Amino acid sequence: MEKEQDYSKDIAEIRSMMERSSKFLSLSGWAGIMAGMYALAGAGIAYTVFNFNPDAIDYSAIDPGSATSALPKVMLTGLLVLILALVTAIVLSRKKAEQWGENIWNATSRRLLASMAVPLAAGGLFILIIISKGLLGLIAPLTLLFYGLALYNASKFTIDEVKFLGMVQIGLGLAATWFIEYGLLLWAIGFGVVHIVYGMYMYFRYER
Amino acid sequence: MKVSIDDLHKAFGSRVRLGIMSALAVNDKLDFTSLKEYLDVTDGNLASHIKALEKEAFIGVEKSFVDRKPNTKYFMTKVGKKAFDDHLNALEILIKSNR
Repeated sequence: MEKEQDYSKDIAEIRSMMERSSKFLSLSGWAGIMAGMYALAGAGIAYTVFNFNPDAIDYSAIDPGSATSALPKVMLTGLLVLILALVTAIVLSRKKAEQWGENIWNATSRRLLASMAVPLAAGGLFILIIISKGLLGLIAPLTLLFYGLALYNASKFTIDEVKFLGMVQIGLGLAATWFIEYGLLLWAIGFGVVHIVYGMYMYFRYER
Repeated sequence: MKVSIDDLHKAFGSRVRLGIMSALAVNDKLDFTSLKEYLDVTDGNLASHIKALEKEAFIGVEKSFVDRKPNTKYFMTKVGKKAFDDHLNALEILIKSNR
């Protein structure tokens, strides 16, 4: 007769397989902390060095000079922040996956990325279009909003906390639309402070 | 409800088969490579277990082509879902009654 222990082991194995095959759990807390730092640095540079802090939605009509001239540099800074954050996340998550004896590139991570890619690509294109129309004040709110939607959508393929993270970013995005003049500040809070807090939470909850 | 060892379906006797069913229980469809990654087994080993589950009609196969390469996806049938659920219930009751 099979022993009780074996049944419990069966159950444990079933649960582990269900979780591993449906949720990507190798996201590193440190990746969140680092992403937040890059974002804070980026927002700081945009504000102090390039003097970029749009306080109105539409810049095509009023004063096309000040904010628009800094725009290419600000966009380049944003792109750099994004690339740095992505590379850090990939490197650190790979390290974490290796510790668990898993491959970072599997069916679950592919689905996680695909579920993020659609809202992010739609948002990215949308933002490029409104930039071309001169609506610079909406860049910060919309990046927050679409990023939040992407996180919310992807949360079903990773830990539940990502859903909450997504809702926070959506809320900040909406707040930044209402208070356009605080757009850059709210962007720094969303991509900077919130990422750091989230990363620290992840680190202390799951990795220590 | 009386449960005995007979209620544990023989098809789930192997850990690999149990693993395949667990993965398919939470995923609509999975291809061969993904299953192999999750279970960490050889091609031949996985193929033979898949065949056994297919024979019981617990899992179904969907063949298609991606970039002209054959792509086989597996999914859990209704029969398989029922058998898997029954198996889980039986395990649960056995653990409780042995306590």
